[in-house]
Formats: sequence, structure tokens, C-alpha cells
Amino acid sequence: MNFNKIYALGLRHIYLIMNSFPRILDLIYWPTVQIFLWGFISKFFTLNSEYYSNTVGIILTAAILYDFLFRASISFNMMFLEEIWSRNFTNLFIAPIKISEIIAALTLTAILRTLIGLVPAVLITIPLFGVSVLVLGMPLIFLLLSLYLFGVTLGLLVTSGLLRYGPSFENIAWASLFFLAPLGCIYYPIEILPNYLQIVAKALPLVHIFEEMRNILMTETVNYFNIMKSIVISFIYFIFGILVFYISYFGAKKRGTLINMGE
Amino acid sequence: MFIEIKSLTKNYNKYLAVNKINFVIEKNKTVGLLGPNGCGKTTTIGMMLGLVTPTSGEIKLEGKNIDLFKRDEILRRFNFASPYVELPKKLTVKQNLEIYGRLYGIRNLKKRIDEISHDLDIKNFFERKTGELSSGQKNRVSLAKSLINKPEVLLLDEPTASLDPDIGDFIRSYIQNYKSKNKVTILLASHNMNEVERLCDSIIMMRKGKIIDRGSCHELIKKHGRNNLEETFLKLARSKDEF
Repeated sequence: MNFNKIYALGLRHIYLIMNSFPRILDLIYWPTVQIFLWGFISKFFTLNSEYYSNTVGIILTAAILYDFLFRASISFNMMFLEEIWSRNFTNLFIAPIKISEIIAALTLTAILRTLIGLVPAVLITIPLFGVSVLVLGMPLIFLLLSLYLFGVTLGLLVTSGLLRYGPSFENIAWASLFFLAPLGCIYYPIEILPNYLQIVAKALPLVHIFEEMRNILMTETVNYFNIMKSIVISFIYFIFGILVFYISYFGAKKRGTLINMGE
Repeated sequence: MFIEIKSLTKNYNKYLAVNKINFVIEKNKTVGLLGPNGCGKTTTIGMMLGLVTPTSGEIKLEGKNIDLFKRDEILRRFNFASPYVELPKKLTVKQNLEIYGRLYGIRNLKKRIDEISHDLDIKNFFERKTGELSSGQKNRVSLAKSLINKPEVLLLDEPTASLDPDIGDFIRSYIQNYKSKNKVTILLASHNMNEVERLCDSIIMMRKGKIIDRGSCHELIKKHGRNNLEETFLKLARSKDEF
């Protein structure tokens, strides 16, 4: 891999963000609104629910972690869609850049977009709701890694769909995460799900991430096995996402859709 | 021969877009690819750029099938410009050239950008967003991008489409001048017959995915008993025969 080329592609998106104040505002606005909303819901539950009585901030922490996943995935999709919207697709795919470098550039740049959106929102929660995700300690880094890998995987699958079906697949890009959210057990324990759905849910990394997050906040103990399990599952999905992306890319070449993308 | 196209075919399901075409392009020559809309020009260019997988046939560069080259190795030697393909609109001209210069791994990029922007007279709108430019300005920026790596093979798809005569002439003169000073092999798809006559050493005429005739402008005009290339084009495009 050539890091200069990965940097160049990343730079394209950094310039895009830097050139537009409304774009930066848009990146920050939605996570902040989301965090505010869940902050007040969280406050209400902690005052009125036995389950959450001693664990201030579980819901808000879950909301922040889920938003991290959501932003990572959306950032990946958005950067790919930007190329379609700007009709730059052909120029990109005829440049001497490997597909692996395109994936690497999108993956690495997505973290930047995610953090621009989420860091201000996370900082607001500390003085406003007395909640900080940093209380999760070191395991937070691993939970974020697992979430990030899975978010990017969803991004890869959606962009594969865009390659396969063209811009008409765009709506799926927005809907993809909401589809998995109920199975992710973000705000409730896995036992809430019917048995057959629990089996499906356990095959996703989200359940392990959010169960462990609740475990850390409620019992103040860390089960690293669960964290590792979530990372391994996320990594397997990530590899699968890369494979699907390659298959879609070669399929698009066969169908000739790369040359008309964006029209 | 520098580029050799051998029995190249592309089928989109039941639609035969390109049908067993054969042609060669000698090094540093300019070949015009002509034909009515939908005749397979863009698909042919797409296959040469690796954007479309041929159903069958071969594309060879210096006698070697391009599939045998590494993707970045072959694409470093090619470039492409078309008014139908744009650069990111929200980025300035300078930012776009910087990014593509980096993607093509250009050394002394600043110098190269200075050089090309001076030659194409784009410096006065260097800091403007590409999406805010007029079509003439966009075309010049697109051409600058396509020449940033000093390509050995330049594919141009209607480079002067929708331009006023003055800007169109500027682009044609620039290409002519660039070609005289640099070693570049050009495949030019165009509907502007004056442009083709002025820039091309030879012409390939396509219709319904097939090559129906080829030769120099002068040869084709003479062969078909017409006064100019436009009349020759009309005759070939409307005729049912292969020549």
C-alpha cells in the first residue's frame, strides 16, 4: 500500500470539510441533538427506574457508543457518495490507486469525520448531565475499536450495494443501521429479545459490546473475554465486507456501471 | 505497435455494445474514434481504462496484455478527460490538482502544477471552487488533471463539447501544441469533425459496436467521394454497409 495515495484521498475529504463551515456544523449538529435527547431520557430513567437506579448514565453512554457506530458507518458511506454526487467516480477509478488503498483511505478518513461530530457532543455531556464515557477506562478503546470496525463494515456493505445497484441504493445507506439496531441490544439486555432472535443477536458484535458496557458500569468489573469476542466478530465481518466490496467492484466492471456512475 | 486492440467485444446481457473490434495505435500518433451516439466509443474507452471488463478480446500495450500489468502500474501511464466526468465541485482548482497529482505520484508536484496551470491559463481561478467555474474553465481544469502525470496514453472523450468556438479553438491548439512538444499517444472520441481533421493522424469509424471504416481523413474523404469529413461521417453513419 502506498500511504501517499491514501493520504491524498483522505486529503480530498479533509479539504471538503474545511472548505465548508455548514458542512462542519452539519457534522456536529446531529450527534449533539442526539446526545441531548438521550441525555434527558437517561436522566428521566435514572430517576424513575430501579434497574438503572445506581447506574447513572448507562443509557447516555449507550447512546454515545451507538452514535459512534452510526457516525463511522455514515461517514464511510458519505465519502463514497460524495464521489458519486460530484461525478468524480471515473476519475477516481482510473487513477493509479489500488482498491485496497481506496478502502484504507475511506476507513481512516471516516474516523476523522466521526470524531469531528462526536467529540463536541461527548464533551457537552460531562458538565450538562454529569456523564462521561471515559469512566469506562481502558476497555473504552477496545469497545470503540470493535464498534468502528463494525461501522466501517456496514459502510463497506452499503458502498458495495452502491457499486452494484448505483445511486438508487442511496436510501439503503441511510436505513442500514436502523435495521440492525433492534438486534444490537443497545439500550436493553439481550434477555429482552425472544430466544430465536438472541441467537441471531449473538452473532453480531453489538450485543457483546453493549452487554460489556453495561457490565462495566453496573459491576465495575471488566470481562476482557467479551471484549475480545466482540473485536474478533467485528474483524470477521470487516474481512467479509472487504470481500463483498471487491466482488461488487468486479461486478460493476463487468456491468459497465463504473463509467456511468453519478449520471 | 504501441496499443493493439484485438477482437475486443463487450456484451451487456443481450446488448452487444462492442463487436469484435480490431485496431492499432502507433506510438505518439493521434487516432480519432468517430461514430454516432451509442456506437460503442465510450465502452471502448472504458475497456481501455480498465473501467469495463471486456466480454472477450484483448487490449495490448507494447505487446503485453494490459491484464498482466498491475492496476496502478498501467494506470500511471494513462489519463483521461471528458466534460461528462467532473472533478470534485466543492474543492478549489488548486486542491483538485494537488490531490490528483499526489494520486499519480508526481514528483515536484508544485512545479508541475505551476507549469500546467500557466500553459492552460487557469491560474486566475486557481483558488475558486471547481463547481463555480464556467464550462470552458472546467474543461481546461479537466485537461490539466488529465495531463498532470504527462501520460503516455491520453484518452479524450469529446474534449470540446459544449464550448464556445474561442475556447474550443484554445483547447484544440493546446492539444496540438502539447503533442508537438511531448511524447503522447492520443485516442480522441469526438463529434466535431473540424477537430478530428485538425488533430488526428487517422480515424476509426464505428457504428453499432463495429468498426465500419478506417484511414486518414484525406483517404476517407476521397474514398467516399465527399467534400469534407462531416459529409463522409454522415454517409458512413447512415449507410448499412461495411467498407
